[in-house]
Amino acid sequence: MENATFSPVSRVAICGGTHGNEMTGMYVVREMQRQEADQTGSVSITTVISNPRAVEVCRRYTERDLNRCFTKALLSSPITDSTPYEVRRAQEINALLGPKESQEAVDLLCDLHNTTANMGMCLIFYSLDWLTLHIYKYIQSNMTSAPVRALLMSSPKSEAYSLESVGKHGFSIEVGPQPNGVLRADIFNMAKEAVDHTIEWLHKFNSGSTFEEGEVEAYTVVKSVDYPRDPTTNEITATIHPELQDNDFKLLQPGDPMFLSFSGETVKYEGEDLHPLFINECAYYEKKIAFHLAKKITVTLPSISVKKD
Amino acid sequence: MSSFNSIVSLEEARRVAIFGGTHGNEMSGVTLVNLWVKNGAEIQRKGVETKPFITNPKAVEKCARYVDTDLNRAFTPENLSAPQGDNQPYEVQRAQEINGIFGPKGSPDAYDVIFDLHNTTSNMGCTLILESSKDHFNLQMMNYIKKAIAPSSCLVLLNEHPLLKYSTSRSIAKHPVGLEVGPQPQGVLRSNIFEAMRVILKHALDFIELFNEGMEFPSCTVEVFRVLERIDYPRDANGNIIAMVHPNLQDCDWEPLNPGDPMFQTFDGKTIRFQGSGTVYPTFINEAAYYEKQQAFVTTRRESLVASSIRKV
Repeated sequence: MENATFSPVSRVAICGGTHGNEMTGMYVVREMQRQEADQTGSVSITTVISNPRAVEVCRRYTERDLNRCFTKALLSSPITDSTPYEVRRAQEINALLGPKESQEAVDLLCDLHNTTANMGMCLIFYSLDWLTLHIYKYIQSNMTSAPVRALLMSSPKSEAYSLESVGKHGFSIEVGPQPNGVLRADIFNMAKEAVDHTIEWLHKFNSGSTFEEGEVEAYTVVKSVDYPRDPTTNEITATIHPELQDNDFKLLQPGDPMFLSFSGETVKYEGEDLHPLFINECAYYEKKIAFHLAKKITVTLPSISVKKD
Repeated sequence: MSSFNSIVSLEEARRVAIFGGTHGNEMSGVTLVNLWVKNGAEIQRKGVETKPFITNPKAVEKCARYVDTDLNRAFTPENLSAPQGDNQPYEVQRAQEINGIFGPKGSPDAYDVIFDLHNTTSNMGCTLILESSKDHFNLQMMNYIKKAIAPSSCLVLLNEHPLLKYSTSRSIAKHPVGLEVGPQPQGVLRSNIFEAMRVILKHALDFIELFNEGMEFPSCTVEVFRVLERIDYPRDANGNIIAMVHPNLQDCDWEPLNPGDPMFQTFDGKTIRFQGSGTVYPTFINEAAYYEKQQAFVTTRRESLVASSIRKV
């Protein structure tokens, strides 16, 4: 593959508290603000608490999930008295770190999240971007404290709804398991390490290093599975089976236990061999998702280096 | 004071309640009580009227701990005797209603036993919460449960501390029993946690049935962890926390914490050590709901309580 070149990544945004009860990102951002880490070498860093109102009440959101408010339509919709807080906030953030898809947008936006699922360190990419995938490769080879995985949610750029789509490049750092409203030191340290490695990589990239081509493994979501529900009340009637609980990324095969009903029956998985993730994520009960199922793929990355003008 | 030889005679426990959703995002209790409201066969025992009850339905609806104020702190004498009115916080109104149904607290009409089902984000396993070291009925019940689930463990937390004790929803009963099972995130239902709570309740109700049928429970010793003090996070002048529970302490509920052991870790990696005068047993380590209550964990000390022999009147 031919070497790919990209413009220098000199403006970075690190965002936390996009969901107000996911504590790690909030505290990483606060710590970076306390350390006044706004300019390191070739990289200028903006830190943002994305949803301060939700952070204040320690809820995922106040009216709408902020991380679904960054579609082009919502970003350009007129603001009225009845506009939900998060839609307004998304437009404020777009003005601060964007505008999305313009030359003024930050070069890289990194959004920090937590999950109640046992996913360890997982980087989420919404498009096949060699630059951010090289960052993933770098983080993976430098972090020994936990496995680092990548989730590729490929949706067309025009439909991108999440915060990191505001930057020219973007990805989310998702770390778990951590309950909502809880700050665990081990999870914080992992997330901070990943952010530090990201900034390290940017320095190397900006100063002219070439990052060699190579292969990385990633997961792409194929479908989602909901809980069994009562047809009249819609209440869940089973919970994730103990043999599936906490086994994110472990291959799920037909016949494997999937749910355990309240009356003691095991519901088994039927379908192709796939990897479950976001198993028993708290926020997904209302989105009718018990877990996602993903395929494992290999992505070949070309070598990359900074564009020299 | 009863000696080993004297038997304490107690009235039958005829009216029992099982409270779920006292905190609306603690899902095991919410789920179990909803199940039993629909079909209570599992919780029926001869000679006992067992009533499953969702205490904080608005909080359950929102999947929040509470709406206005913590229901599990609202059963104070002031709140219960205050005139009823719509201007009261929702949970105060609710406490008054619940006191009317299952109380009045402190009166002979109060329910005999209330089990209050809770989850915690702390790694506490199965914990029974006792409010009085002199409640021989509860001590015997807890002894029975511990033996019944062995080798699985179920520990007893005694909160009799005059300042740290609080007015729980279960406190309106003659014999209040707290069930706390963790770790489980708020808003999440884990199968192992759900089943563990279910099993403990099964044994608790079995005990009540046996007692009511006339079985005598001989004197026994029950190991408890007595609450000593609440330890808050280190904070700055603005009240923001400046350190996290140390990785060496995180998830180590019930394990000895010795003077000099790591306790907190600052965001830039420095260790803050425990400065106590002796070994303590920490619990409720990093419970989500306690950040706002200025509590990183509580310290306890181990004690052996003697439960008198009991038999029904």
